[in-house]
Amino acid sequence: MFEVQIKIGLKKGISDPEGANTLKALHLLGFNTVKEVKTIRIIDLIIDEKNRDTVKKKVDEMCQRLLTNPVIHTYEINFKEQQDKGKMI
Amino acid sequence: MKKTVKKEDIKIAILRIEGTNCEQESYDAFKRLGAQPEFVHLKQLLNIDCKKNERRDIFQYQCIMIPGGFSAGDYIRAGAIFAARIKSKLQKKLIEFVKQEYPILGICNGFQVLIELGLLPGIDEIMSPVPKACLNINDSNRFECRPTLLKHENKGKCVFTSMIPKNDIRLIPSAHAEGKLLFPLDKQIEYIERMEENDQIVFKYVDPNGNYAGYPWNPNGSISNIAGICNYIGNVFGMMPHPERSFYKYQHPEWTKEGLNSNIGDGQAVFTSVLKYICRRF
Repeated sequence: MFEVQIKIGLKKGISDPEGANTLKALHLLGFNTVKEVKTIRIIDLIIDEKNRDTVKKKVDEMCQRLLTNPVIHTYEINFKEQQDKGKMI
Repeated sequence: MKKTVKKEDIKIAILRIEGTNCEQESYDAFKRLGAQPEFVHLKQLLNIDCKKNERRDIFQYQCIMIPGGFSAGDYIRAGAIFAARIKSKLQKKLIEFVKQEYPILGICNGFQVLIELGLLPGIDEIMSPVPKACLNINDSNRFECRPTLLKHENKGKCVFTSMIPKNDIRLIPSAHAEGKLLFPLDKQIEYIERMEENDQIVFKYVDPNGNYAGYPWNPNGSISNIAGICNYIGNVFGMMPHPERSFYKYQHPEWTKEGLNSNIGDGQAVFTSVLKYICRRF
């Protein structure tokens, strides 16, 4: 069993209206030292597989086929922790 | 002798899943023109959770339309889940449908689905394995909902706008939060040039003088002011604004000032054009 975290961000040069809007609101609230806000999305998965490389390969495919759009997104796959074989999370 | 389809025999699948919400007016547009639209839930095409008599096949229809809405709650990205479900089982059939030159229309959320499916932009292939464009969050970070002016740029490739003269400016309402068309940053110029060569650009946002103006005329910051595109064959067409919401002239915000000289709204030609195409082609 593997616990995997996918961090999805925007490619360099892609505008981030949500981040820009949040920055503006933070400034209005007086947080003037904030210089940049970037929004990212985190997706956590629990996967019932035995092999780490298989998991990596499958998650990569998930990112390409559904979870991200390669035109605007970058993604990073991180293994949070590996559970004992057969142990339920 | 070639058989020709009569308008009243044309069947159109108005495809929906949970969260689709523009299916009624889309259905009405085709119905009012005398064709035979039918609400079809995607499960009926995938043969999931439906009775035998509810099962459908895409080749029972001469046209597929994916209407606007917030399919699957816009989770992941607008249109991504609808597209993934279609791709799961219907990919081959859909490619065959397009190859046989049957038309597919996607409006608003439907356009987002066609982009996520890889059926659009369709510059040199029918369906790309991963999306080659994106309809990203509007630059304003808001849901932009108001009438927009669209200039018809197509020279005759798109089967959904053949009855609209080139350079005609039409008032068609927009209502979306994710309508900013983007191509891969390193290929933007190349893609646009190739789409222009292929005659794939259909509508662009303009101001009342026909200029390619910025916000608010372009409601989302879309590249090159693009509001609607078709594939290289011309039979798959997607646009962000809603032609089904300007079917009659009295749906225009200023009709009282201008009078009702005609009862044909600016969006109606999208539906009449494709029906004419089907009658002629099949």
